[in-house]
Amino acid sequence: MSDEQDHKLEAKSDYVADASSVSTPDIDAVPAAELPDQELYHSHSWWTTYVFSQDAKYIGIQYALTAIGTGLLGLVLSWLMRIQLAFPGLGWLEPSSYYQFVTMHGMIMVVYLLTALFLGGFGNLLIPLMCGARDMAFPYVNMLSYWAFVVAVLVLLASFFVPGGPTGAGWTLYPPQAITAGTPGYNGGIILMLISLILFVAGFTMGGLNYIITVLQLRARGMTLMRMPLTIWGIFTATVLAMFAFPALLVGCLMMTLDSLLGTSFFMPAMVSLGEKLTHEGGSPILFQHLFWFFGHPEVYIVALPAFGIVSDLLSVHSRKTIFGYRMMVWAIVGIGALSFFVWAHHMYVSGMNPWFGFFFATTTLIIAVPTAIKVYNWILTLWRGNIQLSLPMLFSLGFIVTFLNGGLTGLFLGNVTVDVPLSDTYFVVAHFHMVMGIAPILVIFGAIYHWYPLITGRMMDETLGKIHFWITFLGSYAIYFPMHYQGFVGVPRRYFEIYDSPYIDTSTLLLNKFITIAVLIVGAAQLLFLYNLFASARLGKKSEKNPWKANSLEWQTPQMPPEHGNWGKELPKVYRWPYDFSVPGAKEDYIPQNQPPSEIIGAKVEKT
Amino acid sequence: MSKKKSIFQLLTEKPWETDQIEADNDHEGRTVNLTKQKLGLRTIMAASTVLFSLFIVAYSDRMLVSDWRNMPEPWLLWLNTGILIISSLVFHQTTKYAQKEIFDKTKNGLYFIGFLSYSFLIGQLIVWYQLISSGYYATSNVANAFFYLFTTIHGLHIIGGIYFWGKTTSKFIKRSHKKEEINNLIDICAVYWHFLLVVWLVLFGLMLTS
Repeated sequence: MSDEQDHKLEAKSDYVADASSVSTPDIDAVPAAELPDQELYHSHSWWTTYVFSQDAKYIGIQYALTAIGTGLLGLVLSWLMRIQLAFPGLGWLEPSSYYQFVTMHGMIMVVYLLTALFLGGFGNLLIPLMCGARDMAFPYVNMLSYWAFVVAVLVLLASFFVPGGPTGAGWTLYPPQAITAGTPGYNGGIILMLISLILFVAGFTMGGLNYIITVLQLRARGMTLMRMPLTIWGIFTATVLAMFAFPALLVGCLMMTLDSLLGTSFFMPAMVSLGEKLTHEGGSPILFQHLFWFFGHPEVYIVALPAFGIVSDLLSVHSRKTIFGYRMMVWAIVGIGALSFFVWAHHMYVSGMNPWFGFFFATTTLIIAVPTAIKVYNWILTLWRGNIQLSLPMLFSLGFIVTFLNGGLTGLFLGNVTVDVPLSDTYFVVAHFHMVMGIAPILVIFGAIYHWYPLITGRMMDETLGKIHFWITFLGSYAIYFPMHYQGFVGVPRRYFEIYDSPYIDTSTLLLNKFITIAVLIVGAAQLLFLYNLFASARLGKKSEKNPWKANSLEWQTPQMPPEHGNWGKELPKVYRWPYDFSVPGAKEDYIPQNQPPSEIIGAKVEKT
Repeated sequence: MSKKKSIFQLLTEKPWETDQIEADNDHEGRTVNLTKQKLGLRTIMAASTVLFSLFIVAYSDRMLVSDWRNMPEPWLLWLNTGILIISSLVFHQTTKYAQKEIFDKTKNGLYFIGFLSYSFLIGQLIVWYQLISSGYYATSNVANAFFYLFTTIHGLHIIGGIYFWGKTTSKFIKRSHKKEEINNLIDICAVYWHFLLVVWLVLFGLMLTS
């Protein structure tokens, strides 16, 4: 496509089979390269190097920083909401502001933080490096993808400054209320939100194209699909899901934009608003719910699958042990991805659907728990008798397993129609989805940042600060979300902007609300510690060795660390094994990098798992 | 070249077994034997297919409500459909000329395709104008709204195609790239044109029969 740049480099590498002919038996012999090396764009100015960069590593960092910046706004919004909930008497927030903050918090965290950070951030950073490519398949399109994301974020933020403020329809944006008078931001904020989402989908499609083609076609020689790190499997499958799921969001957003701007009736039924009959008639709000959740449920796995993949690699590296059941892990990722398109209506049990429809979706929901449970067992079995290093990435990974298990179990409750109906729209749901797709992926993100930080900056992050950050975040999130399960059981509804002492609300709820809010403030403040660590360590951190965690995967095997433009110097790496050869009997070191030829490790016996 | 394997075979490989290790070391790094542009186009076409399918699902669902009133199909739409069919045929022929390296015929073919595609877009705009001036507004019935939505989304796809057609044609005329590269691009554009024709026929057929 558009790699029509003026300056091209044909970094043809010479694959001379007998380059190190001294003692190389022919187990190292590799056929001559059949594929020409990738053409690379070389930047010439500060602008094209750091701003309009076409190097996937820079784009990854740009994506990550933009996403984290947006996520901080989401964090602050949660503080504001929690203060309101704990002290309803203060008159801290207007009802409309509360709903606007709920909406923006949800949308920012799910789409603009988690999706962008996992796929845009880690995807761009890790796919070319872990696959052994010089860059993404279409670097120019990749750059466009990032800038579309930036514009999407700016449009979203602009909605804070339009008359009426951002939309307060809840992150699900259900019509008709999202675009009807009485909902905050019904004529300004919602339009900007929809436009922002449309831009995000457009930008993501360009990025996703790159991730898919790069993983499929630009891997190093010897890197078969079944030798790829699970991180890449997770990101790749999530990208495929996103390519199929985001169109549903796009369709919903486009049609709702038309309903709002032109007055069409795709989703808007005939209704009376403020005493006047609206011009809409016949539209189907349920249709929007189906479209939204056909996107919305795969979206959960778009966030979860990269987290699954990354955490598998972190656990394996930091317990110096082969991942347990590699093939089963791959199948589980692919299986979860496929099944995730058949469970969407479990978000709609209370929408008045046919009971048999609910029965079908409850069944598929329980089936999807099977591959998910396999993954949890395999993580635990990877740890079993491993040489566990309680490094920061390992701590966060362990935190992830516990949190994900916890959130997954409450998911089994909610997946059953009869249990869901009374729990629907209570704090139990809030607790469930924050545990399973809020805290759990965020813990993986932290672990991944601590793990790959040396790869980006060449320095280590501070261990002590990191441990303080971990314990406050991990224990703090339990302090926040455990009480919410209880609140849900006693029937406290979500999305109420103030909860007073009343015959319908238990007194303990009010006390718990104060407790939760204090925990939220502390956990939020602890993230400042992380940010300080993140930025200060780039200058002050301890210099890292070349492969500080002694990992096998290719990203640590580049000639320079941090890797330079083009990643691999003159010659692309050759891959001789999967990335999980840890603690191999007979080997000199307890790890064998993927690109180490067999001749150098004679005597080592690779065991199968 | 590695032999073609089904996805099932790929996923059941045991990367730790000796035989598999030897086979894997020879793996050249590509999963399928296609250029990255071709595979990229297929990815985009898959995503587009999902997009249009969801539109069709929404259309079919909304159609069942009693306020649905069908829209007339102006004869010009048949003409536009004809133009699209011809442009697809011409593109098919042009790829053959390009492979045989007949420069003039390929060039004329590419120009003619551009002309036809622009005519199609202008034709669609005229249909819009006719319908709007005879009172079929997007707001007056949802069937009309779907018609405008479908033609817009399809038209945007065509405009995207025209952008890449322009780049390909200019590369072809300047002869700035290798022959295989340019033929690859022409092939890709042709496949995309066929794809958009099929999409249009499905959408048009849907609107005709409902």
